[in-house]
Amino acid sequence: MSTAGAAVEAIRRLLGKDLVILRRSRLLVGVLVVYPVAIALLIGLALSRSPAKPTVALVDETLPGQTIEVGGQRVPVSAYAGQLLGQVQARNVDTRAEAIAQVQSGRALAAVVIPRDIVARIESGFRQGTLEVLYNGDALEQSLVRSELNSALAQANLGFSEEIQRAASQAIGHLLAGGNLGELGGPANAVGLHEVPGQLRAIIARQPPGADRSSLERIERLASYAAQNLSLARDVLSTVGQPIHAESRLLQGRRTPLSSFAVVVAVSVSLMFVCVLLAAGSLALEREEGVLARLARGLVSREALICEKLALAGGCALVLSLAMLAGIGVFVSLDWGRFGQWLLALVFGALAFASLGVAIGALARDVRAASLLAFLLSLPLAFLALVPSGAVASGLYDVIEAISFVFPFKAALGALDAAVNGAAPSIAASLAHLIALTALFSVLARVGLRRLE
Amino acid sequence: MNPAGAGAISAGRAGEPLLAVHGLGKRFGERQALRAIDFAVAPGELVAVVGANGAGKTTLLSIVAGVQRASAGQVSFSPVLRGGRAIGWAPQQPALYARLSVQENLRLFARLERLADVERAVDEMLGQIGLRERAGERVERLSGGNRQRVNVALALISRPPLLLLDEPSAGLDPVHRGHLWEMVGALARRSTEGPGASVLFSSHHLGEVERYATRAIVLSDGELLFDGPPAALVAAGGGKGGLDEAFVRFLAERGRR
Repeated sequence: MSTAGAAVEAIRRLLGKDLVILRRSRLLVGVLVVYPVAIALLIGLALSRSPAKPTVALVDETLPGQTIEVGGQRVPVSAYAGQLLGQVQARNVDTRAEAIAQVQSGRALAAVVIPRDIVARIESGFRQGTLEVLYNGDALEQSLVRSELNSALAQANLGFSEEIQRAASQAIGHLLAGGNLGELGGPANAVGLHEVPGQLRAIIARQPPGADRSSLERIERLASYAAQNLSLARDVLSTVGQPIHAESRLLQGRRTPLSSFAVVVAVSVSLMFVCVLLAAGSLALEREEGVLARLARGLVSREALICEKLALAGGCALVLSLAMLAGIGVFVSLDWGRFGQWLLALVFGALAFASLGVAIGALARDVRAASLLAFLLSLPLAFLALVPSGAVASGLYDVIEAISFVFPFKAALGALDAAVNGAAPSIAASLAHLIALTALFSVLARVGLRRLE
Repeated sequence: MNPAGAGAISAGRAGEPLLAVHGLGKRFGERQALRAIDFAVAPGELVAVVGANGAGKTTLLSIVAGVQRASAGQVSFSPVLRGGRAIGWAPQQPALYARLSVQENLRLFARLERLADVERAVDEMLGQIGLRERAGERVERLSGGNRQRVNVALALISRPPLLLLDEPSAGLDPVHRGHLWEMVGALARRSTEGPGASVLFSSHHLGEVERYATRAIVLSDGELLFDGPPAALVAAGGGKGGLDEAFVRFLAERGRR
């Protein structure tokens, strides 16, 4: 048998042995089976169902049936409140004290009080309406309630603004076109401002030169100017409601929905944990049981041993992550036409993570140390790789980028994102990065295996 | 003559050596674990390495086995031995897969050794170590002595020309110690039919050294003090009593423990 053939045969034997040991480690197998199912279900449900709305106690102190005039239309205050609290679960209470009690007892995260004078304030045109918001809870809950209510308030204010702008625009239209201006408190059969300059020019043409004609000519110029500028004002009003409108354009790759990216992150994290822990643990076990020295004394080369662990951890993680993707695919729409690219990204990602695990396993003296080291190293690295640019100071971000570059999580995430979502950079660049990292950590593992005891 | 350092006594040996150790030294930080060790092992020889705890026996065997690196000197093997495959090694602590059964451990290593008839070799070895009835039992459930028997069996399964056994009888009861040495002796006796196995082993049981070893090497604080037949060691220790008493006197006369 050739040297390569003997190495492959030895790898096959050791792989069989490791699978038997794995099968007999019931807890580990249980975790490996339950983990993808549980994570897939959790992520699927989280992404396919809208989040629960926070409960907010609502006290409406305005008179029953009271309306508020917006843009010439009267809207019941209760309808405004409904719009305002559309993003939360509103619970109507009668008094302010009752609302405070609900917040203090934790039955409601916050209370919103609509004061009795809000209608008068808004209709005055020069005073703001004020809502009172009372909240409790921890920092996260406070942040959630504030964010939801601020968003709702911004939406409601925008609604008001648009109504007012629409009414103003309508009034200008009536002034320009003429006709029945009864709605604006004008005459029933008014001439439109657009028609005034023409009619004036016809009258002026019939007038003899003199002071009256000059006066009429001045009025005609003013009417022309007013008609032109009122038309312009109507256009300007449409921009007042939303002075800035964002038009976004993606420079590279496809637009990635947050739900698809969440899937990619979840699968990458699972792939990382299974690969790193399994590879590190299985190699450290060889040393812990004293068999490493026996194997490496001519029965199996250290390189073959590393390859075997890569195959073991990578294979198990590949099956697990494909099961996860299939499970999540029940809830979230995934492009199965890109399956070939998924497979590439998962295979190379698994190999890179497994090589990191093998390096850890080669350097550690026992399984516990290897597992702990693998866990302590993987988790922060995954978090670091998810820090977006701009979230931290630029110098710190450069350090994070450098650390993320030499560990496989970011490259694996990039490859999987490109494979699943067509995101940039291209999958080829990420795969090349993963191959380089696999080589680097395999060399480190080989160095670690110089010591056999 | 074996230049084994001050106080060393060397005796002659027969045949071309399978293993030769020259000027071997090992340092762990400040501590010198082995100093200028020289000896050779010829085919069919059963060479015992004896010494007090910490004398350097395990370090010496580990270096010869290729598990540790020497700080000085060299270990050379006869061309008959090609790599680690031709050298059986049983470390002091059993090196076994605890979650595999006795049979599975033997079968795996027999396959890795690429033996022609794996099942026959496994069955023979199970019979020789007396664990045929417990072949399917996982190693993690065996007693320390039984684990040691499997540990030694893994070193013997390929019938290697050179055996390195680090305290192979530790933890074995007298009956199984006897079986073990019968097995090892049988392997060494094969030299009459062809190339016989050489055995380099360490032991604290000086009775079995006296009975089974053809030569004894005495180590003390990493130095080789004696290299010759057990009877010569008895003589060097005053010629009275057994090897146990002679060994203690031998060390005491040289101010060693």
